[in-house]
Amino acid sequence: MQTAESMVHSQVEEGLYRQFGREQFTVQPTADSILTLWVPRALLSDILRFLKPQFSMLYDLFAIDERTRENRSGQPAADYTVVYQLLSMERNDDIRIKVGLSEPDLSLPTCISVWPNANWYEREAWDMFGVVFDGHPNLYRILLPPTWEGHALRKDHPARATEMAPFEMGPERVAKEQEALRFRPEEWGMEKASDDSEYMFLNLGPNHPSVHGVFRVALQLDGEVIVDSVPDIGYHHRGAEKMAERQTWHTYIPYTDRIDYLGGVMNNLAYIQSVEMLGGIVVPERAKIIRIMLAELFRISSHLVFYGTFVQDVGQMSPVFYMFADRERLFGIIEAITGGRMHPAWFRIGGVSQDLPEGWDTMIREFIDYLPARLDHYDKMAMQNKMLKERTVGIGVYTKQEAIDWGITGPGLRATGCDWDVRKKRPYGGYDQFDFDVPVSHNGDCYDRAELRIEEIRQSIRIIRQCVDNMPGGPYKSDHRLTTPPPKERTMEDIETLIHHFLNVSWGPVVPTGEASVMIEATKGINSYHLVSDGGTNSYRTRIRTPSFPHLQQIPLISNGLMIPDLIAIIASIDFVMADVDR
Amino acid sequence: MSELMPVILALTILISGVAGAAVLTWFERRLLGVWQDRYGPNRLGPLGIGQVVADMIKLLFKDDWIPPFSDRVVFIFAPTAIVVAMMMGFAVVPFAPGMMIIDVNIGLLFFLGMTSLAVYSVLLGGLASNNKYALLGGLRSAAQMVSYEVFMGLSLMGVVMMTGSFSLVDIVEAQTEVWFCFTQILGLIVFVIAGIAESHRLPFDLPEAEHELTAGFHTEYGGMKFAMFMLGEYLGLMLISCMIVTLFFGGWHGPMFIGDWLPPFFWFSFKTFIVICFFVLLRAAIPRPRYDQLMSLGWKVMLPITLVNILITGAALLWIEGVA
Repeated sequence: MQTAESMVHSQVEEGLYRQFGREQFTVQPTADSILTLWVPRALLSDILRFLKPQFSMLYDLFAIDERTRENRSGQPAADYTVVYQLLSMERNDDIRIKVGLSEPDLSLPTCISVWPNANWYEREAWDMFGVVFDGHPNLYRILLPPTWEGHALRKDHPARATEMAPFEMGPERVAKEQEALRFRPEEWGMEKASDDSEYMFLNLGPNHPSVHGVFRVALQLDGEVIVDSVPDIGYHHRGAEKMAERQTWHTYIPYTDRIDYLGGVMNNLAYIQSVEMLGGIVVPERAKIIRIMLAELFRISSHLVFYGTFVQDVGQMSPVFYMFADRERLFGIIEAITGGRMHPAWFRIGGVSQDLPEGWDTMIREFIDYLPARLDHYDKMAMQNKMLKERTVGIGVYTKQEAIDWGITGPGLRATGCDWDVRKKRPYGGYDQFDFDVPVSHNGDCYDRAELRIEEIRQSIRIIRQCVDNMPGGPYKSDHRLTTPPPKERTMEDIETLIHHFLNVSWGPVVPTGEASVMIEATKGINSYHLVSDGGTNSYRTRIRTPSFPHLQQIPLISNGLMIPDLIAIIASIDFVMADVDR
Repeated sequence: MSELMPVILALTILISGVAGAAVLTWFERRLLGVWQDRYGPNRLGPLGIGQVVADMIKLLFKDDWIPPFSDRVVFIFAPTAIVVAMMMGFAVVPFAPGMMIIDVNIGLLFFLGMTSLAVYSVLLGGLASNNKYALLGGLRSAAQMVSYEVFMGLSLMGVVMMTGSFSLVDIVEAQTEVWFCFTQILGLIVFVIAGIAESHRLPFDLPEAEHELTAGFHTEYGGMKFAMFMLGEYLGLMLISCMIVTLFFGGWHGPMFIGDWLPPFFWFSFKTFIVICFFVLLRAAIPRPRYDQLMSLGWKVMLPITLVNILITGAALLWIEGVA
C-alpha cells in the first residue's frame, strides 16, 4: 500500500537498509499502513538498539501463533511471530518489527536493556506462547497461575473447559497449589535482612481495600518504609484475547466493554476502529459524532470514579459520594441513549446500534450545564485541601523520560509535561473537527496526575457541548456490506439483501485478510486492538494493548523509599482497573 | 438515699453509656448520610433506628472466633480494656450540680489516666493478633497516642491554672461568668485535636486506616470483641465530648446571654451533642495525614502552642494578681 504516510516511513526504512542491508528485511503490507518489517532473529537486538534513538517508546510487544494461519502470503515462514511495536512521540510515527520463530527453537534475546518495560511484555509472551527470551531476569508466569500447564494462547490450547478433562481439586492438587502460594522473598528478588535489621514482608492485596480490584504488591518493609516492592498481577485474567478467537467480529463487542470496565463504549471504539480499518468501512458523520459524544461521556464517568476514589484513598470520606451521585446522573443519560449503563456494548461495525432517542440533547445539556459548578465545588472541597496536598504533592514523581521509557501514556504521561494526546496528534474518528485543549502539567507527581484528569473532565464537557450543538443528520450506520447488523429496511423487498442480512447476522461478517491496529486515547492512556484477520468470521489473533499494564509495572520505581500511605496515594493516582491490566 | 445516689447514677451511666454508643453508631451514619448526599440506614424502625438492634443482634450471634495464631489471653483482654477504661472515665464527669458519681480533687488527672489506659487496648490488640497489618496499626497507635497524650495533658494546664484546682466541679464553677473557650482558646484547639487523636477517629484514625492497613489493629477481630472495640471508640468519643464541654464550654451552665433558666443537665447534654456532631462532621470532611506528618504536627506545632499557652496564662494570671 503506497500512501502518503508510507512516504514518511521511508526515512527510517532507508536508514535500516543502509545499516543492515536491504536483503535482511521483508516488508509486510498492513491495513493500518504502519511500516511492518520482518527481520532475522540474529539481527534483532542490533536493529532494536538502532531504532531506539528514533522510537523512544516500546508501545507493545506480543506474539502470534502462526501455525494454523492460512493467508500469510509474502510473509517469511514462521510458527510463532514476536511483534515489537515502537512509537516515536517526537515524529508521531510507528514501526512494527516482526521476528519469525520456528517450533523447536522458540527463543530470542531479551530487549529489557533497550526498553525497561519489555520485562512484563516478554513474561506475558512466555506465559501465553512459551517464547523464551534469553537473558530475561525473571521469566516466570505473569498472568496465569504458576501451576498452569501449557501456554494458553497457543492455537492447540483448549479455549473452553469442556474441551479439557474435568477439573478436580484432589488433596495432591491442593497441596501443590498451596505450595505454589508460599511466599519466598528470594524468588521475588528480595532479601530477608540487611546488615542491621530484619525486613518485614507485607502482602498488600490481592484483597485489600485500596488496590482497586485484585492487584497484589509484595512489600519489603523497614518499619513502614518501603525498601522494595514487587507488583503481582494476573488475578483478574479472563482470557479476553483467547475469547476473541472464538467470537465473531460482531459478537466480540460486548467483551471489549469489560476490558477497561470504567470506560464502557470507549473500549468498543478501539476495537471497532480496527475492524473498520481492516474492512475499509467509512463511517457516516452522524455515527462518528455520536461515538465521540458517548466516548467523552464515559471519559467523564471514568474520571469521576478516579477523582472520588483518589480522594478517598488519601482518607477523605465524603467526596466519593458526590462524584458517584454525579456519575449516576450520567448513567441515567447513557441508559436513556443506549439502554445499558456500565457496559452498553453499543457501537457496531460501521456505526452505532441505534439512533439517538428523542430529547437526548436536553438531557445532555442539563448535565453539562450542571457539572462545571460541581467541579468547582469539589475542587474547593478536595483538591485545595491542605492535608490532601501534603499527602500527594511531590509523591510518586517520575520524569517525562522515565514515563516514555516505561511505556506510560495518557494523563500519567501528560502530567510530566508531554502533551501527547492521540486525539490531537492522530485525530481519529472525527476528533479533528473539535476545539479542545490538551491539559498538561509538569511535576509528574500524584497531585498533578489528579488535577490533570479533572481538567480533562472540563475539556470533555467542551467536546460534548460541541457535539450537542452541531450534531449532523444522516444515517447512524454505514451503507457497507460489512456493517453489522446490516440495514434492514429493504430486507423484505429483495432477496439479495435478505440473504446478506441473514448471513451477516447468523454467521457474522467476513472481514478481509490483513492486520491493523488503531490507537485511541482511552480514559487511562493509549488503547489499541491489534487484529489479525485470516479471512474468516472471527479474528485469528486479537492483541489488546491496554494502558494500565505498563502503568503498574513502574510502581516500584516511584514508590521504593516511601511509606505505605504514599504507596496507596500512588496506586490511587495511577487510575487503573485490573481488567485493563490482565484482560 | 444519698448514699445510694452514686450507685444508681453509676448504673444509669453504665447502661446509658452503652445504649448511647449504640445509638451513636446509627446517629453517625445518618448524619454522614445527610452530609454525603445519601440515606444511611433508614429501613428498620422510625428513621432506621432499629438498625442499632439489628447490628447488636448480628454482632452477638457471630461466631466468637479467636485466631489460632494469636496470643489468646491478651487477644481477649484487649477489647475489654478500652471499654472499662472509657467507662471509668465517666466517673468524674459532672453532668449537673451534684449529678456525678464521684467528685475527687484530682478529677482531671483521673480522666487523663483513664484515657491513657485505653492505649493499651489498641496496642495489645495489635500485638496479640499476630497479624502484620494489626502490628503496624499497633505501632502507629503507640507512637500517636503516647505523643498526643503529652499535649492533651499540657493543654489543660491553662484551665487548671485559672481554676486553681484539678476538680472538675471547681472547673465548671469557675466558668460561671466566662467560659474557658474564650480565655483558653489555644488550649481548646490543642485539646480538641489531641482528643480526636486519643479516640483515634478520622482524620487521626491511623491505627485503623482502612485504606492502608485494611482494619489496622482490629483486623483479626470479629463479633462481640469487635463490637467492644467499637463501643470503646464511641464511649471515647462521648467522653471526650463531655470533657470538652466541661473544661471549655461551661459544663452545665447555660450560655451567658441566655442564662441558667433551663435545667443544667439539659445544657450539658445539649452542648455535648453539638460537640459530637462536630466530630462527625470532621470525619466527613478531612483527609487523613500521613503518620510522620501527624507526628511532626504534634511535636513541631502542638507542643509549642501548648507551651506558649501555659506561659501566656501564667503571665496573665500573675499580672492580674499584681494589679489587684
